Amino acid sequence: MLALIGVLAAEGGGAGATYQPVGWLLENVWLVPLLPAISFLLILFFGKRFPKGGSEIGILFVTASFVLALLTAGQWISQVNYADTHSTEQKACGYDAHREASGDGDHGEEGDHAEDADHAEDDDGDHSEDDEEHSLGDLYPGETAAGFASTSLFAEEGSGDSSAICPVIATTTWWSNGGIDFTVGTMVDGLTVTLLVVVTLVSLLVNIYSTDYVAGDRRYTHFFAFLSLFTAAMLFFVTSENILQMIVGWELVGVCSFTLIGHWWEEKANSDAALKAFLTNRVGDMGLLIGMIILFFAAGERWSTFEINALANAGEMSHTALLIASLCLLAAVMSKSGQFFLHTWLPDAMAGPTPVSALIHAATMVVAGIYMVARLYGVFFNGLSIGGSSINALALIGALTCVVGASLAFVQDDIKKVLAYSTISQLGYMALALGVGAWTAAVFHLMTHAFFKACLFLGAGSVSHAVHSFDMKKDMGGMRKFMPHTYRTFLIGSLALMGLPPLAGFWSKDEILAGTGGWGLFGGTGGNGAYTFTLVMGIAAAMMTAAYMTRVLYLTFYGEFRGGHHDDEHGHADDHAADAHADTHDAHDAHHGDPHESGPRIIIPLYILAFLGSVAGFLNFPKGFQLVPKSWQLRFEHYVEPRPDTGYFPKIAHAAPSWSLAIVATALVLVGAGLSYLYYFKRVNRQSPMATELVNGPTSRNGLLKGGHTILKNKYYLDHIYDSGEPTSTAMASVVSTLFGAIAGGTLLVSLANGLDINIGWSAIWAAMLAAVVAIIVNRALITGIGIADFTKTKFAQAAYWVNQNVLDGFIDSVGRGSVKTAEVVYHRIDQGIVDGAVNVAGRASTGAGGELRRTQTGKVQQYATVMFAAATVLAGLLFVFT
Amino acid sequence: MYLAQFLLLSSVLFCIGVYGVLARRNGVLVLMSIELILNAVNINLVAMGAFTGNVAGEVFALFVIAIAAAEVGVGLAIVLLIYRNRKSIDLSQVDLMKG
Repeated sequence: MLALIGVLAAEGGGAGATYQPVGWLLENVWLVPLLPAISFLLILFFGKRFPKGGSEIGILFVTASFVLALLTAGQWISQVNYADTHSTEQKACGYDAHREASGDGDHGEEGDHAEDADHAEDDDGDHSEDDEEHSLGDLYPGETAAGFASTSLFAEEGSGDSSAICPVIATTTWWSNGGIDFTVGTMVDGLTVTLLVVVTLVSLLVNIYSTDYVAGDRRYTHFFAFLSLFTAAMLFFVTSENILQMIVGWELVGVCSFTLIGHWWEEKANSDAALKAFLTNRVGDMGLLIGMIILFFAAGERWSTFEINALANAGEMSHTALLIASLCLLAAVMSKSGQFFLHTWLPDAMAGPTPVSALIHAATMVVAGIYMVARLYGVFFNGLSIGGSSINALALIGALTCVVGASLAFVQDDIKKVLAYSTISQLGYMALALGVGAWTAAVFHLMTHAFFKACLFLGAGSVSHAVHSFDMKKDMGGMRKFMPHTYRTFLIGSLALMGLPPLAGFWSKDEILAGTGGWGLFGGTGGNGAYTFTLVMGIAAAMMTAAYMTRVLYLTFYGEFRGGHHDDEHGHADDHAADAHADTHDAHDAHHGDPHESGPRIIIPLYILAFLGSVAGFLNFPKGFQLVPKSWQLRFEHYVEPRPDTGYFPKIAHAAPSWSLAIVATALVLVGAGLSYLYYFKRVNRQSPMATELVNGPTSRNGLLKGGHTILKNKYYLDHIYDSGEPTSTAMASVVSTLFGAIAGGTLLVSLANGLDINIGWSAIWAAMLAAVVAIIVNRALITGIGIADFTKTKFAQAAYWVNQNVLDGFIDSVGRGSVKTAEVVYHRIDQGIVDGAVNVAGRASTGAGGELRRTQTGKVQQYATVMFAAATVLAGLLFVFT
Repeated sequence: MYLAQFLLLSSVLFCIGVYGVLARRNGVLVLMSIELILNAVNINLVAMGAFTGNVAGEVFALFVIAIAAAEVGVGLAIVLLIYRNRKSIDLSQVDLMKG
């Protein structure tokens, strides 16, 4: 698809005589997030006046945004092509180069300053103007030093013959305070345009799908308004130029997910789920704030992601600062992207409407964490020492997550929860890929996963639309007969998720596995290190994925239909879609008896996503893949991955793909799927087409398996630790406190050991203060939450009631009575007496004066003349006297 | 030549005229008193002109005479109309401008 766009854009761009290397949209990409934002406001204020309740506005604007995103992608591709075919004058994306591009006078001066710094030894004269900056530099030694050295470093790198494809940065100063410019702007590179296209496309399909899925909902307009805002927030996040903007976008995405997960807030479970998502993310957000603050100080008071990455890659930032910052940011990634052990909110977020789940899991919310790592990859790569290592925190967390998520997906009966755990597992894959240095593989998997996971979620929604439930064991089975279209697309999505060739999941998953470099044991080639552990975990997760998706396919689409038995107890707790429909849907009665296929507005997005999930993998054929022409290989990497000579992207090693690894991994996937197939399709089905598990299955015969099953059923007891009672909530508090406390304490110690580097010292003080606050707040909130609840119900409630009745009410009553008294006095004395009196006196005085004066107006001309002559005489006399 | 004699005559005439304007009730007499005032001024102008050897005084006096003629014409017309309306030219009864 991207290649197609590239061709179109190249034709469009090449036709004009004045071809600009920098496309207009690349510099004005703010339009893309602006459109859904406008759409949000329009729907919110005028949506209900529109015939379709505002959904048409959302679809219109998101379509426009999608088209713009495609054009942006096209312009980016043209730009890369242009840079490939022309020898550009500017070899490196230098610090001052992009400052000049911003067109801001102040920045230009700063750029000159940095340029002068190249000749700092022999040219001191120019620096007399910059005394202020020098004094600042004394305070923060990192700043000037980093600025000088990075510039010279870019210059050295730029002398190479490879041409740099610089990200297009457009910034403007938002406000200045304390000598720091707070800028807003956009940064466009391959990563950004990938996300732009994926987000707008999935959002558009979800919008279309939702017009059917939530039809008749009581907050239909509200729903579409927040879909638009969600899209806008994510687009704002991915186009943001600096870390400050990223924080804003990050939180906006969080708020939108909160509102949408709690869309049906009338049921407590749903609003609880929304709260859980929000609060779990708060834990990580503290890490985000601390990490960003550390980065800001460590980079010499810079916000720009480009500069922070560039400084990190140039080795100008303290490795300790980078390590701590990336660990703090990792905490944020863990909460946002559902990494083990802060993933628990994500399955609960299934309480939201299914289209929202699709949007959250495919394109927006959870992708934000992965995107942040990819965007600040210079920080993570250097901070976690990804190159030449065999394990690091990010890879470890990712590897654990993909296995934990996959294992939990086995025991879920709710189809959406299976998919939720599957998302966790796949996000673990992406984190793992980033952790081992397989950057492109991670971004590629992000994209392919967005397509097939959105397809699966929307497919699950389509099934639940028909059977009014998400419970596979109770209400589904044999659905392939009733819903052939949903079945086909769901099957494609499942196979893509399993990673079977030639579907999209295979290519991205295989690239990740190869990228671990762990296959070197068997004669493969290394990537950035020998991450054998992550490779093993990744393959294990792939096997498990194949197995649980086979289970889902059987329980949902094969066997006999088990639903239709609870017609009377309609209004099932999970049955939101049905609830929404029960109010207004005319064809409601038709839902009983046999379920039927969903309408075209649901089916068409499914087919589009299934198609993309099938072919998206062809965008990035591995290098040396002999079955396709060489020009087809690594297209995605070519256009998306930033070149190291741009300065802001680390020099990562690309693992060579391995046929043997691909074959082994695929074989193991087939083994996983095959075992599951034998169990469900053969043994369970033979027992009874209605059965969902064997009566005397392995978990009831084998104690070890039974124990394992219980642990999985209880989700590794994480939720119990987090919120089930006072002693264990203390445990949760300790986990969180320890996490941040360790980071802060470690920072302090290391900064002391480093001889009190001021940058790190500042960061450490910030981090320690924030960590203490977080630990205290979280601790208090968790420990006292339950205690307060009990106390509130008894003694405290009575005391509060007494205080309310006697103290507060008495006070308020006396205040009220006092007010009445005061008002009476004021009315009679001041208002009536003084104010009105003054007005009346003025009136009377005028009347009296008029009455007196009118007597002089006799109308007799001679009297007037007398007065005039008298006055003239007097004046003449006065004149005579005074001269 | 004694200027003072002419000025004395002029001021006597002026005072008689002012008295007439302020005190007489007959409209025609008031008009005649105004003529006295104007002629007192004329005497002043001519006397001063002669005294200083400047012809401007005589010229001014001629202008005043011409305008006085017009003024008397308008004034007599007003008096005539008042008489037609009220059968009287007693100015003390003409008080339509009374406030």
